[in-house]
Amino acid sequence: MSRNLNRKELEEKEKYNALVQKRMDKSPLFLDCVKAFVTGGIICAVGEGFRKFGFHVLELSQDDNNAFVAIVMVFLGALLTGLGVYDQIYKFGGAGAAVPITGFSNSVVSPAMEFRREGLVMGTAARMFNIAGPVLVYGIGGSVIVGLLWLAFQ
Amino acid sequence: MLIDYVLAFVIGGLLCVIAQILMDLTSMPPGRILVLYVSAGVILGAFGIYDSLVELAGAGATVPLTGFGNALAKGAIRAAGERGVIGAFTGGMTGTAAGVAAAIVFGYAAALIFRPRTKK
Amino acid sequence: MDKRMQYILNAPNRVGGQTLVFHNRPAVAAMATIAGELEAQGTFGHHYDIVLTDDLWGEESWEKAESKMFEQVVRKALAKENLSETWVECLLGGDLLNQIIAANFAARQLGLPFLGLYGACSTMAESLLLGSVLVSGGFMSCVACAVTSHFSTAERQYRMPLEMGTQRTPTAQRTVTGAGCTVLVAPGSPAAKNIEITHGTVGKVIDLGIKDANNMGAAMAPAAADSICAHLADTGRTVDDYDLIVTGDLGALGAELARELCLQRGVDLKDKHLDCGDSIFTPEQDMKAGGSGCACSAIVLNAYLLKEMMSGTYNRVLFLATGALLSVSSTQQGESIPCVAHAVVFERRAD
Repeated sequence: MSRNLNRKELEEKEKYNALVQKRMDKSPLFLDCVKAFVTGGIICAVGEGFRKFGFHVLELSQDDNNAFVAIVMVFLGALLTGLGVYDQIYKFGGAGAAVPITGFSNSVVSPAMEFRREGLVMGTAARMFNIAGPVLVYGIGGSVIVGLLWLAFQ
Repeated sequence: MLIDYVLAFVIGGLLCVIAQILMDLTSMPPGRILVLYVSAGVILGAFGIYDSLVELAGAGATVPLTGFGNALAKGAIRAAGERGVIGAFTGGMTGTAAGVAAAIVFGYAAALIFRPRTKK
Repeated sequence: MDKRMQYILNAPNRVGGQTLVFHNRPAVAAMATIAGELEAQGTFGHHYDIVLTDDLWGEESWEKAESKMFEQVVRKALAKENLSETWVECLLGGDLLNQIIAANFAARQLGLPFLGLYGACSTMAESLLLGSVLVSGGFMSCVACAVTSHFSTAERQYRMPLEMGTQRTPTAQRTVTGAGCTVLVAPGSPAAKNIEITHGTVGKVIDLGIKDANNMGAAMAPAAADSICAHLADTGRTVDDYDLIVTGDLGALGAELARELCLQRGVDLKDKHLDCGDSIFTPEQDMKAGGSGCACSAIVLNAYLLKEMMSGTYNRVLFLATGALLSVSSTQQGESIPCVAHAVVFERRAD
């Protein structure tokens, strides 16, 4: 699908792209950052609440508590996604909704719901990790490499 | 007590702001930014740097995706220390199993219970 | 251009490089529109024939609802004018879905000879153009040209699952949920109204390197400008020969860019330019850069423009629809977005 462009065509493209950049409205950066800060901050504060609860009330060990908080936050993300609320939160908070683990949850739950129409096996199950796949691949893959390198440098 | 919440709010918020800046100023799709975050968490966790942030901000460091990466790296290193090469492979996943398994189960449940709705 | 012309055989019904002349002018016999809730709350709200409060329209999936829209808009157009469905000799049209399944399945229900078309958002103009060729050339005496698009099916296919968080950039457009149909008949037919199609211009695929799928307007503007200028050059006409020059869904930014590109080629659109995407939603609805999708141009044309023409507000209108010819994977493979714009000229018969 690639083709070789002559000089004139390339110049025309550059000129046009410059024109587009000049004319287009850019997202209001400062406002977006404020909204992201507040949204992300609130979600993390909620997580902190559960962390304290797990530690002080349920008296979980460090490891168990980490798992507990993860499960609870994923559950909240899933619930808000199911209720159709999380995408509104995202529309407002942007990265503030995407970066916390609730965003990971949203990215798994939304395709699961969406592709239900194509069946529970070929739809929901097959496409659940459509969006979140890369995070797992690079994250888990990276951890294996880290583990091996750590052993190598012992 | 309250200071913990404030720190979680601020640090967590800042981590999100960095991502927002990347989203607005570069043409990087959100998916790529999240991969960047988890990878950064893995690397920082591998060098033990992220731990100080976790000590300081608690959930403000563990809830964002960088915290996920950190958990992956620490889990891999710990298991590698206990079980060698096999541990390097099992450690990461074991450390984050709760979150991933929860996502699968709740995702499936949501698919059974809820219907997607058109956005306004 | 000149060098090429030496080798082109003369075609009696073609003028210039890309424009067809319909000496035997097809006439509009009927039109109908179906629109979603948000569209009905928009600028042309009270003009739509059927408004859906539930965008599933009682079906199990949005794809099925979209197919139902295509089918029902054709039936509605005929029913409005008491035309029998057996009159329609050919159905032309398409939608945005892979393999144009909405149109295909509707055609199955309608049981008509069917020419499925894919021009992305330019499909309405494309089907009117080809429908006019069939009628003008005496091949068919009655054709139905229809298109449909649906926000949720487009979102599912091209972008993200519906409940997935996304942030709309300022240049993003919203796919219109709706369907539009125009029925064309041979001149002299008892069903003919006083609007005829006189010319059609076949667009070239133009790509000036825009890769951002959230900035369709910028991608499509060059194609729109190219077809407008080609049409005027081919016919020897100027902007003043038209009451309105309508583009489909360039949106706010795309419309501005198209006007500027035309100006660079010596064509000043002045105040005669109307972009359906830019006007279909009201500013209060906060739809960023406006509407898009096959139905955007189709419902504005069939609900508003043709009616205004029939009542004499406009006598001659150049109607263009622009399409972005990308696929889900082409942008991921690093390709830019090639676009096309087709045009037809509607003219009110003086009598």
